[in-house]
Amino acid sequence: MLQVKAVDAYYGSFQALFGIGLSVEKGEAVAVIGPNGAGKTTLLRVISGLMKPGGGNLTMEGKNLKTVPPHAIIELGIAHVPENRRLFPRMTIQDNLKIGAFTPSARKQFRERLQFVYGLFPILAARSKQLAGTLSGGEQQMCAIGRALMSNPKMLLMDEPSAGLAPVIVQQVFKLVQQIRQEGFTVLIVEQNIQQVLKVVNRAYLLEVGSIKASGTSAELLGSEEIRRAYIGV
Amino acid sequence: MNRRVTFLIAALLLAALPYMGVPQYYLHVIILILIWSFIYTAWSLMGRFGLVSLGHGAFLGVGAYAVAMLWNYLALTPWIGIPLALLLSLFLAILIGYPCFKFRITGHYFALVTLALSEVISMLIMALRNSTGGSLGFTPNRFGAGTSIYALQFAQKETFYWIALVVWIAGIWIWKRVDVSMERHALDAISEDEDAAASVGMHVTRQKLRITIISAVMTAFGGILYGQYQMYINPHTLSGVGVSLQIVFAVVAGGMYVAFGPTVGAVITISLAEFLRVLIGTAMVGLDNTIYGLMLILFIIFLPQGILGAIMEKGSRKKALRNLATAVSLNSK
Amino acid sequence: MFDIYLLETIINGLLLGGVLALLALGLNLIFGVIDVVWICYAELVMLGMYTIFFLYSKFGIPLVLACLAGIAVVAVIGYLVHFLIISPLLGTAPINQLLATGGLLFFLQSFITLLFGVEFRNIGLRLPVLEFFGMYISFARLLAFCTAVVGMIALYLFLAKTYMGTAIRAISQDRDVMVLMGVNSRKVYLATSAIGGGLAGLAACLLVLQYDIHPAIGLSFGPITFMICVLGGLGNMIGGFVAAFIFSQVIAVGGFYFELEWGYVVAFAIFIIMMFIRPQGILGRRS
Repeated sequence: MLQVKAVDAYYGSFQALFGIGLSVEKGEAVAVIGPNGAGKTTLLRVISGLMKPGGGNLTMEGKNLKTVPPHAIIELGIAHVPENRRLFPRMTIQDNLKIGAFTPSARKQFRERLQFVYGLFPILAARSKQLAGTLSGGEQQMCAIGRALMSNPKMLLMDEPSAGLAPVIVQQVFKLVQQIRQEGFTVLIVEQNIQQVLKVVNRAYLLEVGSIKASGTSAELLGSEEIRRAYIGV
Repeated sequence: MNRRVTFLIAALLLAALPYMGVPQYYLHVIILILIWSFIYTAWSLMGRFGLVSLGHGAFLGVGAYAVAMLWNYLALTPWIGIPLALLLSLFLAILIGYPCFKFRITGHYFALVTLALSEVISMLIMALRNSTGGSLGFTPNRFGAGTSIYALQFAQKETFYWIALVVWIAGIWIWKRVDVSMERHALDAISEDEDAAASVGMHVTRQKLRITIISAVMTAFGGILYGQYQMYINPHTLSGVGVSLQIVFAVVAGGMYVAFGPTVGAVITISLAEFLRVLIGTAMVGLDNTIYGLMLILFIIFLPQGILGAIMEKGSRKKALRNLATAVSLNSK
Repeated sequence: MFDIYLLETIINGLLLGGVLALLALGLNLIFGVIDVVWICYAELVMLGMYTIFFLYSKFGIPLVLACLAGIAVVAVIGYLVHFLIISPLLGTAPINQLLATGGLLFFLQSFITLLFGVEFRNIGLRLPVLEFFGMYISFARLLAFCTAVVGMIALYLFLAKTYMGTAIRAISQDRDVMVLMGVNSRKVYLATSAIGGGLAGLAACLLVLQYDIHPAIGLSFGPITFMICVLGGLGNMIGGFVAAFIFSQVIAVGGFYFELEWGYVVAFAIFIIMMFIRPQGILGRRS
């Protein structure tokens, strides 16, 4: 579905990404793992159209992403769950979800989508009138994912879903990811928490200092000596 | 050395101007330009540090009306009246400035508070119409034949020209003194990031208050000068939003960050106004302000450093390139 | 001893507050969402008043239609203000927008003076004065108050229920993330500006019923509207609403005990005092 080929990205004259190549097929869950500053968020920004790549190709179902303006990316079926959730704190859960369905095509299916999200996350339904800023970290992540699901996306981009959350909540969040996977959604997750994320995805790419250093199935990567030593500390 | 000579020649020319056969009308316009340049320069002392006040009309009004009313009602000579008026405007500056700066009121809020201030003064002048004459204005009583040092009134335009010239030069001098002072760097830092500045030990409130007082007192003095020259003051020319915006426009058009910028602004605005008045007379009331408004918008969008600022920037860029070339050539030896 | 005239004044103050609240709402909407203050907001109202006046008095268009046209015209002007003037300045120092709209204030006032002169004009509509228990309440004022309330309710519903309204609320809380949900922030800002203009147009309809029109009329209620907004917390719609009524009461009652201008002076003085006591406004500043 998503094809990224030889993509470079620059902040001014500083090169952040070097010839990135990855792909995500329909129904897959793929992770991009790596330490801080590796370029993971940059990669997602490029895919979301918030940054234009310096070189290379990006296609979604064959459509060239480079020519699409950022606010139109969602119409191609890519929904981005941003780092730190970024909910609208002084609006209710329901209103937050509503914004997720802003595009004309999403609006038409608003009712069905809302029912779907509430079915998936009953807590959101129960607290639908609560202000998003008063939710706990895990609940906020639920709401952020729900908001992304409102547009009936073909693929979810998740930017460090466990960032800034307590370990117990982190568990909950990855359970959410599994839940979504079971519903059949395609997911591309960017994460620092390698141990947890490899449990819920099929494949992963290791991104270090702007380049893909390794890739494979999660079993392969979990089994790899280097990764275990460098990141999992075993 | 070259610079000093140029300045000296310029100064001599300026001093001798009235004797070079300049018609009375042009002399009048030049005097107005000098007085308003002084006022605009005073404003720019705050404006350049991000303290954009939309209320300087208040200080103009307070200064002019205080002196004129003390003279008319208490027969108090301006020699005493002026210091009193300046003291009053100093007090007013502190009254508004202190709480604003202490409570970190900046940007929009500060502009609106100062706007309120100028409106209050304007309203006050109107409300006290029995004493101030309200919208109809106020005329200081003429003393004797019209020229007197006691009353600080001078019927001869030439005399006033020199006074205005000296005041204008003093204004530029003050501007330059501020520009090279330590306080200037403090204020620059404060305008960029107040918290950071405070955290390295700068007395933010004190610094801001100091420059505000300087600006306010200078402005009040300009207003007084204007009153003594025109021998007629009214709240529409000297207080309220209109004149405050006019000040801002002139400084923005001329250039806020250069010494002679406000003067250039005064030349532009006053020449424009007079030119239009002569050309069109009173048939098209409001044409000058229409053009000002349009120009202000265009300047802010396209030329925020003002005319003089833009010219000087081009000049300094060339200079920087030349310096760079020299440095490179020296290095490669 | 109960003073019927004081009660009448208080009621008239309340009615005045309705229109002031409408003005404050428009200004706060634009500031709360886009983070710019339109210094020339009152001049937009003035343009609306002139539009209505000319459509009604010179072209004989029925008043209600003229008013609707007035609202539409000022809404378009609001859109243009953002499109032509604010938009290019969005990334720059906030003071630039203030100065640019200041320039627009100058321009509009003088331009209208140029076109129509400084004479006072009036649509000449003499609406009845109603009598309630010995108090005289102007029907025009009552109508203005009711219409203002209706307008505010309509705005509330728009912001709460519609997609664009929800987007407008959202963008003031987190602008950068909006694009991920397919929202074009420029469009939202333009919509907000048009609505702000529309509110000014509505205010124009209400004011034209009661007051004379002249180019500088913006100065009569412009500064007051700013005071109200700052007092209520700049950008805070509810704060502005409350502050509008407080202010209108001060003006009315102040004008009752002293002369009219003193009412304004007292109101301004209170404003300045409030700056000392609670500079972030009654209900606090928006972050």
